[in-house]
Amino acid sequence: MRGFGKYALYVYAVITFSFLLIPIAYTVGFSFNDARRTNIIWRGFTFENWVTVCDAPNVCEALGNSILVAVVATALATTLGTMIAIALVRYRFRFRSATTLLLFLPMATPEVVLGAGLAAQFLTAGVEKGLVTVILAHTMFCVSFVVVTVRARVATLDPALEEAGRDLYASPAQVFWRITFPLLIPGIVAAALLSFALSFDDFIITNFNAGAAMTFPRYIYTAAARGIPAQANVIASAVFFFAIALVLMSQVGGALRRRKLART
Amino acid sequence: MAFGAFQSNASTAAQPSGALVTQRKSPIALLLLLPGVLYLILFFLTPLLSLVLTSFQAPVPGGFAGDYETAFQWQNYTVVLETYWPHISRSFVYALLATVFALMIGYPIAYVIGVKLREYPLWQALALVLVIAPFFISFLLRTIAWKQIFADEGILMSALKGLQVIPPDAYFTGTPAAVIFGLTYNFIPFMTLPIYTSLEKLDLRYLEAGGDLYAHPATVFWKITIPLSLPGILSGTLLTFIPAAGDYINASRDFLGSTDTQMIGNVIEANFLILQNFPAAAALSLLLMAAILVLVTAYVKRSGTDELL
Repeated sequence: MRGFGKYALYVYAVITFSFLLIPIAYTVGFSFNDARRTNIIWRGFTFENWVTVCDAPNVCEALGNSILVAVVATALATTLGTMIAIALVRYRFRFRSATTLLLFLPMATPEVVLGAGLAAQFLTAGVEKGLVTVILAHTMFCVSFVVVTVRARVATLDPALEEAGRDLYASPAQVFWRITFPLLIPGIVAAALLSFALSFDDFIITNFNAGAAMTFPRYIYTAAARGIPAQANVIASAVFFFAIALVLMSQVGGALRRRKLART
Repeated sequence: MAFGAFQSNASTAAQPSGALVTQRKSPIALLLLLPGVLYLILFFLTPLLSLVLTSFQAPVPGGFAGDYETAFQWQNYTVVLETYWPHISRSFVYALLATVFALMIGYPIAYVIGVKLREYPLWQALALVLVIAPFFISFLLRTIAWKQIFADEGILMSALKGLQVIPPDAYFTGTPAAVIFGLTYNFIPFMTLPIYTSLEKLDLRYLEAGGDLYAHPATVFWKITIPLSLPGILSGTLLTFIPAAGDYINASRDFLGSTDTQMIGNVIEANFLILQNFPAAAALSLLLMAAILVLVTAYVKRSGTDELL
């Protein structure tokens, strides 16, 4: 009975993993569909959509906007968030719990509320909505995630390393740029990748603050009513393979390193 | 990469004391904090205040649609509560059900990855990649994919009808079940990852000790494994419930829902972006946020862990 239970757990896991992958396989599969007008029924295999990605009206423009927004928002959020993370771990200051709350609340607020709030503010202030307002919005919700990710890394740093630097008469700036910052890079990179992924796939907040500007998720939302061109599947699939390759390299690489370490 | 954020809830609470010892007071702290904090005040806090102001606004007499002026029309709240009560209650019911289903699906997966696969780092890494894989394909396309898989004339439904498993006029998309299904699917990774982080740190010797003391495996699971993974369950359920309650993709007519499944997110979107009834949208947003804050606080208090911040 116990043996069976163990077996059942693995079977359950395999079923769930397959379940998770079904829509991904579907999306990738239909990027090869000879769809012509609506990409709903399978009409035969073709590479055509991959070659003519940008032929569907506006899809590549939307992708370009999404990349632009994600790059700028990531740069801004990573800078602001990393600074806060360092301050939170390394310094004592008043209003500490207020600051933590201010960082936690955006993560606990539903996206519709964040989106509607910003849109209401832009409306009151008379700001024209467009890519700039989207970038401002994305930076806002990415900051908290950056702080959380980088803070975990700062907290694991050995303060003795910095002390050693100070003992050897390094200036505070030298200690930071030569010791602290290089040690923080893995955390900063992880935070930046997370920000990029969050910004790139965000729809709800974007929809409230984009005005006429198109991003890739908005393009899909507007296209959903009349049928999504196969080219959108091509772009999503390409992004998927690129991201999965990156993650596989880092995850499998890490696992292999751990195994090597465990052996020696 | 993406799960860095979700482990945080548990890990940031326990900062190593070594780091606290070296904390000092310095004007540098202010310089480091100021830009980010100001940014959040400007683009998170004041927007919430704008929502409060907007929610009390009244239409300009004789003005165009979408023209509102500052007022104290608190009736906006009673009006939206009366008009949209079905949508509000529906949102919370759907989100709650999706959270329960996601927990039932996510926990065993997290257990397999965090406990069973611990001795096989390579398999563990691959399984984690599988869990986060859905993050890398557009949220909207994933949901569209399910819509087309379950389409009335699609392969799946036709096959089931052909086998006479379901009556010939049966349909799935557009039903509440389809919306709950979509919410569950989309938030499984958010549920699984924090639970995995908790289980990954679980000391297996506790489980052995339980077994040595003749506890039944089920008892070991309920009395040791579950309590020790509680922080993960807590953040997983919150990371699922909060976005699910505010979601409007799955319930949208162009995705898995219909006019009968509209959630609070859908009516906020419609009021704000289509009907230009900004006060109603603002009042609904604040009601949603208040309800979530109350529920979350009660839930966190009840579960007895303060490891959230």
